[in-house]
Amino acid sequence: MTTNRTTTASAFRATLKRDLLIAYKRKNDIVNPFMFFLIVATLFPIGISPDPERLATIAAGVLWISTLLAAMLSMDNLYRADFEDGSLEQLLLSPHPLYFMVLAKNIAHWLVSGLPVVLASPLIAYMLNLPADAYLALFLSLLLGTPVLSLLGSIGVALTVGLGSRGLILAVITLPMSVPVLIAGTMAVQQTLNGAPLLAYLAVLAAMLLASISLAPLASAAALRISIN
Amino acid sequence: MSAIPNGNSDAASNKATMLTATDLFCERDDRILFRYLNFELTEGKVLQVQGSNGSGKTTLLRILCGLNDGYEGDIRWYGEAIEEQVENFFSSLLYIGHRVGVNKVLTPLENLRWGCGLQQAVSDAEILEALVALGLRGFEESQCFTLSAGQQQRVSLARLLINPAKLWILDEPFTTLDSSGVAQLENLLRQHADAGGSVLVTTHHKLTVAELEILSLG
Repeated sequence: MTTNRTTTASAFRATLKRDLLIAYKRKNDIVNPFMFFLIVATLFPIGISPDPERLATIAAGVLWISTLLAAMLSMDNLYRADFEDGSLEQLLLSPHPLYFMVLAKNIAHWLVSGLPVVLASPLIAYMLNLPADAYLALFLSLLLGTPVLSLLGSIGVALTVGLGSRGLILAVITLPMSVPVLIAGTMAVQQTLNGAPLLAYLAVLAAMLLASISLAPLASAAALRISIN
Repeated sequence: MSAIPNGNSDAASNKATMLTATDLFCERDDRILFRYLNFELTEGKVLQVQGSNGSGKTTLLRILCGLNDGYEGDIRWYGEAIEEQVENFFSSLLYIGHRVGVNKVLTPLENLRWGCGLQQAVSDAEILEALVALGLRGFEESQCFTLSAGQQQRVSLARLLINPAKLWILDEPFTTLDSSGVAQLENLLRQHADAGGSVLVTTHHKLTVAELEILSLG
């Protein structure tokens, strides 16, 4: 009876594939946060000043803030549908460690919501007249930082998924956790412009990423168990 | 609030006790749903949980699955505390709740690939066979939001045919089914019990299964 039981690795792959498939079939969920990112980033030059000199000084911050807001907008989709249709219960009742199942969902979420933003960031950076020396720092800091935002946001969503009306509560939970990422990310870009070695700040972001990969899914899993209770 | 103990046939048929619950107590919003609830589920039995609306049937099933831990008492799986062998228990368990676990944008095939794939390696051929058996021929590739509630229920019931789990916990599985679906599901329950599996089911429907035991709540 247990001979053909799946390994955790194949359950992980199945969950990842399923979430990517759902994202592919619900294109709105992917496109909306991405469009939101583009809109917020393009509003700054209109609202502040089209002066290239001034834009250059705020470009890194604008990009990071837009990314953070887009990430928060996209988070809501992470567990809600699964909670409502009962798939989440099935996930909790699988014989595999919930840590890996949550991680698979987080990775799928990042691939469809975080990665497009990272890939589009050089284009927006060009529009915001980011100095040429900072492109690499910006790109790498977003590449390391956006998965952290997904992983941390997942905890907040997992905690609130059972609540009927959530409103701002998700933002209140996730923002304080996300601010250190925002600081490290913008610092990485600013300080490279001032001549500091890029590696130091990226190391901080990489450390955040490693810590959140190893710990955040545990917290999300525990939060899901509470929410489903 | 009382269980009907039925342990006297066990010795004769030599069937092991799968699930034992002792002195279960559950309180919700200052209302006691059940207390001193005792029952056991032997291999090859179907245990029907009965009770009026709001008497805690769903809560009891969720407690037994480990989805709800707001209870006191002792639950054992083959004589050992359930917390100590969660993995064993989960790989022998198939739970279908009120919310059937069918994603609306995916097709029945994709849903089952994941739903069954969490527990065991399964081929597309097996899934298609199960879907056809449940009368979903021609709907394998339709997105589930185009299916009726009864058809979605059938998609999740297809897991009963694919997954070799020993213990089925089914929460109101008959509600959206038509009469042929009801007959088919009863048949499945019967076959499962004959093969030595057990079923815990809530329903207001009168079950015509030979190995039936009844647990009344509230």
